[in-house]
Amino acid sequence: MKIEINNQSVNMPAGISILDACKSANINIPTLCYLEDLFPSGSCRMCVVEIAGVKNLVTSCSTQITEGMKISTHSNRVIAARKSILELLLSNHPDDCLYCDKNNTCELQKLSAELGVRNRNFSKQLIEKEIDKSSPSLVRDPSKCILCGRCVRVCEERQTVSAISFIKRGSQTKVTTAFDGGLNTSNCINCGQCAMVCPTGAIIEKNNIKDVLAALSDKNKVVVVQHAPAISVTLGELFGFKPGTDVNGQMTAALRKMGFQFVFETSFSADVTIMEEASELVDRIKKGEKLPLMTSCSPGWIKFVEHFYPEFLTNLSSCKSPQQMMGALIKNYWAFKKNINPRNIYSVSIMPCTAKKFEAGREEMVTGGLADIDAVLTTRELAKMIDMFNINLAKLKPENADDPLGEHSSAAKLFGVTGGVAEAALRTAAFLITNDDSKVHEIREYRDLEGIKELTLNINGITLKTVVVSGLSNARIVLDDIKRGLKQYHFIEVMTCPGGCIAGGGQPFGLDKDKIVARMKALYQIDKNEKIRKSHHNKDVVKLYEEFLMHPLSQKSHELLHTKYKLRTGY
Amino acid sequence: MSKPNTNTTVASLLKKFPKANRGDLIPILQCVQDSEKFLSKSTMMEIGEFLKLPLSKVYGVATFYNQFKFHPPGKYQIQICRGTACHVEGSSTILAALINDLKINTGETTSDGLFSLEVVACIGACGLAPVMSINGEFFAKLTTEKIKHIIQDFRDKEASNE
Amino acid sequence: MNNGLPLIENYLIGSSLEYFHSCLLPGVTNPTSKDIAEKIETLKNDSVNKPYFFIGAGTCGLGAGALHTEKALLNVLKNFNLDTEIIKVGCIGLCFAEPIMDVFLPGKNRLSFGNVTPDKVESIVQALLNDDQTILSQALFQYRSPHLKVWQEVPFIEDYPFFKKQRRIVLNQCGIINPLSIGQYIAQNGYVALAKTLKKLTPLEVCNIIEKSGLKGRGGGGFLTGKKWKFALSTPSDQKYFICNADEGDPGAFMDRAVVEGDPHKLLEGLIIAAYAIQATKAYIYIRAEYPLAIAHLEQAISDLYEWKILGDNIFDSGFDLDIIIKKGAGAFVCGEETALIHSIEGKRGMPRPRPPFPAVSGLHGKPSVINNVETLANISSILLQGSDWFNSMGNNNSKGTKVFALSGKIKNTGLVEVPMGITMREIIFDIGGGPKNNKLFKAVQIGGPSGGCVTNENLNIEIDYDSLKTIGAMMGSGGLVVMDEDNCMVDVAKFFMDFIQRESCGKCIPCREGTKQMQNILEKITRGRISEKGNDALDRFKGILQLEELSNTIKETSLCGLGQSAPNPILSTLKYFRHEYEAHIFDRRCPSGVCSELINFEILEDKCKGCTLCAKKCPSSAIKGSPKAPHYINNEKCIKCGQCLKVCKFGAIIKN
Repeated sequence: MKIEINNQSVNMPAGISILDACKSANINIPTLCYLEDLFPSGSCRMCVVEIAGVKNLVTSCSTQITEGMKISTHSNRVIAARKSILELLLSNHPDDCLYCDKNNTCELQKLSAELGVRNRNFSKQLIEKEIDKSSPSLVRDPSKCILCGRCVRVCEERQTVSAISFIKRGSQTKVTTAFDGGLNTSNCINCGQCAMVCPTGAIIEKNNIKDVLAALSDKNKVVVVQHAPAISVTLGELFGFKPGTDVNGQMTAALRKMGFQFVFETSFSADVTIMEEASELVDRIKKGEKLPLMTSCSPGWIKFVEHFYPEFLTNLSSCKSPQQMMGALIKNYWAFKKNINPRNIYSVSIMPCTAKKFEAGREEMVTGGLADIDAVLTTRELAKMIDMFNINLAKLKPENADDPLGEHSSAAKLFGVTGGVAEAALRTAAFLITNDDSKVHEIREYRDLEGIKELTLNINGITLKTVVVSGLSNARIVLDDIKRGLKQYHFIEVMTCPGGCIAGGGQPFGLDKDKIVARMKALYQIDKNEKIRKSHHNKDVVKLYEEFLMHPLSQKSHELLHTKYKLRTGY
Repeated sequence: MSKPNTNTTVASLLKKFPKANRGDLIPILQCVQDSEKFLSKSTMMEIGEFLKLPLSKVYGVATFYNQFKFHPPGKYQIQICRGTACHVEGSSTILAALINDLKINTGETTSDGLFSLEVVACIGACGLAPVMSINGEFFAKLTTEKIKHIIQDFRDKEASNE
Repeated sequence: MNNGLPLIENYLIGSSLEYFHSCLLPGVTNPTSKDIAEKIETLKNDSVNKPYFFIGAGTCGLGAGALHTEKALLNVLKNFNLDTEIIKVGCIGLCFAEPIMDVFLPGKNRLSFGNVTPDKVESIVQALLNDDQTILSQALFQYRSPHLKVWQEVPFIEDYPFFKKQRRIVLNQCGIINPLSIGQYIAQNGYVALAKTLKKLTPLEVCNIIEKSGLKGRGGGGFLTGKKWKFALSTPSDQKYFICNADEGDPGAFMDRAVVEGDPHKLLEGLIIAAYAIQATKAYIYIRAEYPLAIAHLEQAISDLYEWKILGDNIFDSGFDLDIIIKKGAGAFVCGEETALIHSIEGKRGMPRPRPPFPAVSGLHGKPSVINNVETLANISSILLQGSDWFNSMGNNNSKGTKVFALSGKIKNTGLVEVPMGITMREIIFDIGGGPKNNKLFKAVQIGGPSGGCVTNENLNIEIDYDSLKTIGAMMGSGGLVVMDEDNCMVDVAKFFMDFIQRESCGKCIPCREGTKQMQNILEKITRGRISEKGNDALDRFKGILQLEELSNTIKETSLCGLGQSAPNPILSTLKYFRHEYEAHIFDRRCPSGVCSELINFEILEDKCKGCTLCAKKCPSSAIKGSPKAPHYINNEKCIKCGQCLKVCKFGAIIKN
């Protein structure tokens, strides 16, 4: 239909919102509570526009275009209204931007600058509220909350957890857990999707940078670091690289410059995870028990099962996640090889995930009396550290990771994207079943950002019904179908975050769809380019088994690389 | 402060709502509060389980509405109307008198558990403002003198019951 | 009526007629026309064969002590060896005269007495039962009836000043009939409109009749009711809902309460017809929990309807099914807003959502739903019985029919009035309401509650309709009229409404949540005294008043729902007509009406003060100084305005300034 935006006539498809129509015409209308693909709530009123013939201003997110509509997106009246709304918000918001973790990445700051807010026009109405530091992964500061509701909706609609909700009403409204307890008293799974969408610093990850810095300057500590497969294709975005550039080498160099003595890759232990898990899968198929096998590398997913689907706890693979396996291997295999006292090792991991901070602190994740992992940093925290050390990532010469925990197969890199674990697992499982390496290579059916992807494979007469899931609302659908007897599977991969780790809760703010696709494509490109494409071809992994673990699912493996789960209260 | 066997009572109340879904949440909360006088944590957890609703949602709904209480109220719940007509006729003086007499603030209960005081939205008896209700009994055309007598009557009633 | 048979029989045939008779005359198989006509006559209660006493026991009556009056009556009647009946009825609307007791003696018109406190009962009953006419001077009025004897020197109800200018359609039976008797309602032509509709009219025809009548939403929205119904009727769906909004959250409004308490079937008949008109098979009545008596009466009425099979499956053999469910509100004014109400019924927080989609297209559970106010629905049966032309012959050009107003505040005759649209405010306040009480000067009347504005002396001749009020910055609202006199402070009134809005705001959108907080804060600062003033407060005060209008505009233009959009109205209205009061507060730091306690100055009149030192001793803040036997004075900087000194002074030497 034909409409007019700011006196320009344009053609737009019927049924879209004014906001989307303007976006197509390259006019960006500011928003605060808007979340793409969720029904507009209309609460912030920031996206108001003027429509000819309509008395009040209307919100562009919730109003659809009609034939002949005349829209003004930036008239004086509209800008004055937006400024006023923002000023009202600011009157109830802390002024301490300089001390806030979201300084420079805060959407409120950005809008303030855009709209030219220069005066404190309204009297301060801020009531200080207590900060919630109870969770190992996330910190909540309700004073900074602008009640946009994005976190509540993401937790309820995308993840179907509903750990937080609005309570009370009017000026007393607060976003918090049931009974306003700490996050750790709720069924929060620590996935950090709330932090990803929070426009201010009201929910952010727990900052562990100072712990790591303290370790780095401790002469008695050997500080080692591992980084997840998704990081190397993401980090560059924050340092001027084109989205999807693999900056693995530069990152390794930067880590060394900051003082990390040894740099390993989580992709190595991802290969080990595959060895264990593929063997576990084949074993269960042979015995016909505890099927479907469900992946266990996503700690948010694990806590989700513990709370809401305890009947499936035995279906989970008993494998630790690659992060935790790496931690155990560092302190129990590598330490002895290098003749280092494991007590002096400070093991850090860099993850695109906030739940990993929780995972590292789980009581089951202790081997030989030592925690497998000592500190977890998110991609965002790593970027902050690089800035702190004034390192220019672009100018660094790429370096290689340390042996023997630095080698990876490209299958392991695929762990960073939804479908990747399944692909890697099946490449090895196929070999274990048939002893033939030519059976399975790329599994294209897993290669997109859809939430539920089903695939049935036939390997030497064995039918393998698989499904790949990302986003826990989708996990609920699949699990409920299984409970009702509507579906049967042999293997299920679940990643907590929609799209997988590349869109994890610890990644750079703003879930930009284009950037996520670029990161995904980068991982597939790596898979295409590299020579070692299957976990069982990783020669350092082979060596690890020969020297130390004996064989997958051995007693040693179970001691170091497998774990148990916990029953938790439901709602 | 919940009575023993609260959960059994709540369970039997919930039986009145077979095939319950989210739409029954508020009637259920009202039914349970009518019986238990307030909503405790364990009560709300039970209701959440029953409706398969996340606890944060149950709490979020309950705290939105004025009617629901989360602490045990007094034996006699004094509700003074804050409607326009009552205000215009001096309800704030009446409230001040009550606060003075009972020595508690709005939202509180006297230490002997006898009276709790709250201000409520318009009772709808505006023609006879100012108005208050005590456990559903209405008192109209209030004056500071009348208040004294009414409260004393209740105190006397309690004393004679003991 | 045909041979004394009820009109409804014209529209019932076969099994539904049979069942109707079985309900009318339980236990009588094959009743004759004579049986039926006699029963109807008895149920109508237009005349009696033994003494009947009616006690106004609506919430107003109860608040005034109606139950004590009833007890006294029972006691008195013990001494007479007579067969009598006591019926509790609803509000006739004469709140200022509660408790009201009607006496209906065989052969004579029904008599109404006001202010019948327990001590008056005996004299009235004794006099009437002993035919002592001197008591008649205490009667308010009598009801006219063609076949009954007239009482001498007692005005008829239609001549009684309070009722003279009223036109009672919605309230015509309130306070007169027994609200718990479905039989009486039916005998008085109840459910004829429904039976006629189901038998003879299509849903679209019903919608057209209502649209043609000009009936507009009485809850304040003022949208053409018939038109709204048509939106829902024309939206295809497997399930539709009709919702009656009985939340009546406007403080100062109690019209709906009176109707539901006093004549619940009037509402229910309208609701069933309305549900039929949009083809809804499920209806909800959302009624606030603060109306327990109304809820009880409603529950009884609905239960009776199911028993008479006027609810449930296949009503009157028409093929139309309807269930009515009562949902109690839980204390949230914002739930009077349509989409918030819907969310509340769905078990969620009562927060509005953006529209479109409108509820008529996608409402409760995503299905087409129509929400109408109680008063709107209470008009439906009359319109269908007497025709849309009859309805739109009342009122004026843009507002048809009548409107019920709740008159309260500083006025002699508080109560419920139903007047034709287009009547002037002056007529309501002075002719019907009797003008301000205690000989005080009229100042303003607040109309529309927290969303409305005030009508002052200069606009008293305004004809009340939906549009005219908007031209003076007010609005109809649900019909609450609160009268204020010279002793009320308009700044305090504005603050009162802003406090209300802040407490009731759902908190979803920024302009309402934060904007009204700022406005409340500004009004706080204006009404606060020097002692509690700190630092920047004076500057903030001046800045605040300049901001009020701009802030009001932002809130009006950008709020999500009607609550926010109309929240600034009381402030804008009082600012327009009482600017001098605001300025006195801001610049002179005083409250001309003597209401804002912190701005009152207490003063000791030198010539009257005897120096007894009593006030100084009583003063909790040691603000009074003076030597014994010499005139004292009050230090206003220290004074906390408690008023103790004024109370204890025996010489009248202390005044409030």
